[in-house]
Amino acid sequence: MQIVFLLEQVVNGLVLGGYYLLIALGLSLIFSVGGVVNLAHGAFYALGAYISVQLTGYIGFGPAVAVSPLLVALLGILFERYLLRRFYSADPILGLLVTFGLAMIVEQLIRIIWGAPPISAIMPQALKGSIIVGEFLFSRYRLILLAIVALVLLGLWLLLQRTSFGRVVRAGIQRPDMVAVLGIRLQPYMTTIVMLGVGMAALGGALFAPITIVHPAMGADVLIVAFVVVVIGGLGSFWGVVLAALLVGVVRGVTIHFMPAAGEASIYALMFLVLLFRPRGLLGERIEKFE
Amino acid sequence: MTSYNRRHVLKASAAFAGASALGFPAIVRAQASTIKIGHLVPLTGFLGAIGSYAQLGVKLAAEEINEAGGIMGRKIDLISEDSVNPATAANKAQRMIEQDGAAVLLGEISSASALTIMQVAERNKKVFFSTGARSDALRGKNCNRYSFHCDIPNTVMVNAVGTALNQKGLVKGKKFVTLTADYIFGHDLLKAAKSFFAANDATLIGDELIATDVTDFSPYLLKIRQAKPDVVCCNLAGNQVTNLVKQYAEFGFPYPLVGFNLNTGDAWAAGAGNLSGFWPTVWYHTLDNPASKAFVANFTKKYGKPPENHAWIEYVTLKLLAQAIADTKSTESEALIAHFEKESQFDIMKARKAYFRSWDHQLVQEAYPFTVKAKADMKDQWDMLVLGDTVPVASAPLESIYPNKEQNPCAMKV
Repeated sequence: MQIVFLLEQVVNGLVLGGYYLLIALGLSLIFSVGGVVNLAHGAFYALGAYISVQLTGYIGFGPAVAVSPLLVALLGILFERYLLRRFYSADPILGLLVTFGLAMIVEQLIRIIWGAPPISAIMPQALKGSIIVGEFLFSRYRLILLAIVALVLLGLWLLLQRTSFGRVVRAGIQRPDMVAVLGIRLQPYMTTIVMLGVGMAALGGALFAPITIVHPAMGADVLIVAFVVVVIGGLGSFWGVVLAALLVGVVRGVTIHFMPAAGEASIYALMFLVLLFRPRGLLGERIEKFE
Repeated sequence: MTSYNRRHVLKASAAFAGASALGFPAIVRAQASTIKIGHLVPLTGFLGAIGSYAQLGVKLAAEEINEAGGIMGRKIDLISEDSVNPATAANKAQRMIEQDGAAVLLGEISSASALTIMQVAERNKKVFFSTGARSDALRGKNCNRYSFHCDIPNTVMVNAVGTALNQKGLVKGKKFVTLTADYIFGHDLLKAAKSFFAANDATLIGDELIATDVTDFSPYLLKIRQAKPDVVCCNLAGNQVTNLVKQYAEFGFPYPLVGFNLNTGDAWAAGAGNLSGFWPTVWYHTLDNPASKAFVANFTKKYGKPPENHAWIEYVTLKLLAQAIADTKSTESEALIAHFEKESQFDIMKARKAYFRSWDHQLVQEAYPFTVKAKADMKDQWDMLVLGDTVPVASAPLESIYPNKEQNPCAMKV
């Protein structure tokens, strides 16, 4: 029985990893292409949650979860066009400062618009409850969440690997100078990447709003884990981030099984070990412009 | 394109990400005036949500006092800041006394931060009203004569819920699993819960200590299912209560979820249809007495929502402090301590009046168990709780639900 319990934690960890993935993947993409670590990523996650909760009152739960990331993605275009773009070739510390500042501004804006106390977010009754498959118990809602994440992941992978858009983006990650020589402007591609990245973060917020507390600082909570996932996976690596997100979920679940009090610390211990033995991350690529 | 070293970027990002975990600054400061009161409450972190209600309550009280001409013609200058964490709370408290000239300290929800502020108060011989911290140890083995405790202690919460659970037959012979916040407050609450279980023939078959930064409870929920308890009991605080309640409803387990600690703000944040079971509370905005009704009306008019229990306790505390300063015509610590140790009775918007017990400085008052209204019966999003029978019953002395001198190891140095 013990082994079944442990397996159950592993499977649950994979599900949770899917959620980390939504946030970490965008963070990784924006860094790979633009060279800026977007510390405002958590703020877009929070906006996704708040806007979705607000819209639920008017258009229902499902449509709200779909529309909110789209609206935030539009904000992402403005964010890239008027702010982030200026910092691609600047000292990284400036990019960090400006995105950190933006995160603070968004958090305060949320306080002003929706108030400092948390707002309540609920899911339709039909989505509640658990499903038992064999020996394993799953939350019905999290299975739906996992399916959505898988679809998003597939879409993104196809976009990056099978389209001319993806080819330019991948080339831009490795050799922006070469891309420029070929007469391709990277900027519109960057706008799209930021739009997709913050849109995914917002989708994460919208999907997680019914099962976590929705409060102004929720973005800061999630940013740390997303950042850890990106570091473990290796900056610039699509599958590295996927692997890391799942691994973080599983390691946390298994640690909680044996040593509940060390659950959160296990994530950082994992990062420590990975950095010790593979400083570039599990699947981190060598990217010339960052060396 | 200028190039930068990956290591450099990572290091700097890690530093920033870490800084954001400490919380963004949220500082509110009143304009200069004469009686300075240092106010600290967590505005960030897992208690930040209920802390924001606390700040609204104390500000309303200060404004009302100042609009009525202040205390003996002197206005209150409320210096209110985010306490952040125990170490920062102590530093800020020291600064408020030393540099800002605060005559009295007030506030806090975290028992860990309240403990460090209590030490600052004692060292500087300034009075501190710990408004929202509930650990028994603060008024027990860690008590000091400069600190007064306004909220109900863990033991009273356990007694309030325990009485209701016993009436429903949910204790005797039942198997419990508890989820406990891993800091002084949780440890303390678990201790009170354990003695309650032992005294009432219940068995504790599992206890999970949970770090205060946990937001996803799914691994713990799986462990609960594996343990197959009769009742699940929540000994968490702040945002974690909300997260657990939401995820418990998400998984839809059959075991009733009850709790020995809850603040109304956490229940509201959980949303209608997620919360169920038996919980304790110290005050609720539907209590039917004139003082309470007037306060709720003023608060709602000003902020557009009813007060949460932390808003209430902060409001009540500043009001009774102002009255004490007016009565003693002094802001001196010795005069205030002597005044409160007389055990004079205060109207705290409940059926019975309350008083600070002289030997451990805690506000002795009524408490309430509650159950949750069906979603269809709720008048608005705040109309969520159904208060059970007040504890103690009207015929019993208030102190009957509090630890007595033998149970509470408080020895104050004079």
